[in-house]
Amino acid sequence: MITFLNVVIAGLLLGGLYALIAMGLSMQYGVARVANFSHGEFIMLGGLTTWTLYTAFGVNPLVSLAVCGPLTFILGYIIHRTLFKRLFVSSASPDIFESNSVLASFALLFIIQNIASIAWGPEIRGYSYLRVPVNLAGAVFGANRLVTLGFAVVIGLAFYLFVTRTRMGKAIRAAAQDPATAGLMGVNIDLVLALCFGFGAALAGIAGMLISLCYPVHVIMGQEYTIIALIVVVLGGLGSIPGSFIGGFVLGIIGSVVTHIDPGLSLVAYYLIFVLLLLVRPTGIMGR
Amino acid sequence: MNATRVDLEKVRIPALLLIILLLLIALPFGRPGYTVVLVYTIVMYIILTMSWVLFSAPTGYLSLAPAAFFGVGIYTSAILGMTFPLSVVICVAGLASACLALLVGALTLRLRGIYFAFFTFGLVELIKHFVLWYELTFTGTRGRFLIPVDNNTIYYVTLAILVALLLTTYLIRRSKYGLALQSIGEDEEAAAHTGIHVTLLKVITFAISAVFMGAAGAIWAIRLTYIDPYIAFDINNSFMPVLMAIFGGMGQLYGPILGAAVFSYLREILITRFSYYYMLLIGIILLVAILYLPNGLAGLIQTWRKKAWGGQHANT
Repeated sequence: MITFLNVVIAGLLLGGLYALIAMGLSMQYGVARVANFSHGEFIMLGGLTTWTLYTAFGVNPLVSLAVCGPLTFILGYIIHRTLFKRLFVSSASPDIFESNSVLASFALLFIIQNIASIAWGPEIRGYSYLRVPVNLAGAVFGANRLVTLGFAVVIGLAFYLFVTRTRMGKAIRAAAQDPATAGLMGVNIDLVLALCFGFGAALAGIAGMLISLCYPVHVIMGQEYTIIALIVVVLGGLGSIPGSFIGGFVLGIIGSVVTHIDPGLSLVAYYLIFVLLLLVRPTGIMGR
Repeated sequence: MNATRVDLEKVRIPALLLIILLLLIALPFGRPGYTVVLVYTIVMYIILTMSWVLFSAPTGYLSLAPAAFFGVGIYTSAILGMTFPLSVVICVAGLASACLALLVGALTLRLRGIYFAFFTFGLVELIKHFVLWYELTFTGTRGRFLIPVDNNTIYYVTLAILVALLLTTYLIRRSKYGLALQSIGEDEEAAAHTGIHVTLLKVITFAISAVFMGAAGAIWAIRLTYIDPYIAFDINNSFMPVLMAIFGGMGQLYGPILGAAVFSYLREILITRFSYYYMLLIGIILLVAILYLPNGLAGLIQTWRKKAWGGQHANT
């Protein structure tokens, strides 16, 4: 019973991170139609920035949220305004834009990863913060991991409320359904798409900061998280924010169960789920 | 007037190809050493790019699986290379990759668009982690060594694979099978309605393209001499063929070949001269190509030719 509880709670802790990462990609793909294969690089940027701020300047990692979030947001916003906007205009059809933007995101992946490796080098970085054990119904977890889950849930919910309850959120949902028509209805489509891409990047950056609390970070960590984000987004249904949120926790629990059996197989298990899902229900949990 | 021009073109292109092939065959006698290595590296990328184009250009599916097939070829070579002759190893590698492609294709080629790209992207990671897990749990080692072979052998084998691939591409293009593929790319539904077995055709083509990637991997493994799952299933081997094909331009048959040749040469130079910035530079070149060369190098050449012709007409 204790091990069962242990595994499930560990899964929830992992799931919070996955949910956050996937929500970011869901914004970028679901609204801005950019299947961003460089998503993980923004996570890496968030993680390494937090590491630098903590080890070099002694900034509390939770405070560096206020740095990582806006920084990656601005980066994402600018990238969309300069790069993807141009591609959007020059592409003849949405399908062509989709494949062009995939290629452009490979290029971004190369560029960001190379700049980061010049700045931070290839070492694996880690720091110790809030590594105190907390007893949860008989199972023991690090306080840092609980903080991670708390932040992930709060940010995830805040973001969900933002999209469903505000005027800007309504514009975002309209743009997700049909950018051209939303534009005709008076939505400033360039701004909304760039904001969505920026929010996606910011969620990745924040997730990176939370990841750095629990795991070591390094320059080539991004790719693994990109794949996880892709799996969760498909699991939850492309473009559905609550779907990504739930999908993140589902995958986290599955991952935790498999890790309990054999840690080497967790990515293999994710992938098998991905395959089964694509075959049985490609629209995902919350897909239309 | 026009008829003679067309006839000339008909003779000119095969003749040109033959001359290039003869020059390539003669190369190790004239310029041994590094040049041979450089050229077979370029030829290897042309193989990867052209076999990617074989499936993805007509059907419009963005496949990120090349690294998986290439890696299967590498591992086949590492496992069988000690006991079997090279020709057998290469054939088996091609077949192994084709079997994987048949399996994966049958499972997933019903998926449309971006799902397929996601799926194949993950496939490479799946196999990489599975092989890593298998090696660590059952063989207890991380990597494997291969028996080195002299450079000229690698060169000729790579060249032979390329010739086989180009012949296959040519034959497919001019057959009704190629036409059916083209129609799938244009409108899958309509193709199905005209009686084409859409899924079967896609799966077979996917497998044919995998044969050459696997064969290329088998010979490439020997050049590497040491392999581990991270080297064999490097996701860059999936990105590069796609990027090279786009860089060259997929409107013309020669576009991807040109793109792969120029890009892989550029890559070699960048790696040796600017090893710290090479990914950055590659990324920038790609962004520029995607933004400003939508039809690739071939498109650029086409525009130049048109301009040159236009000028001549204006003069007469």
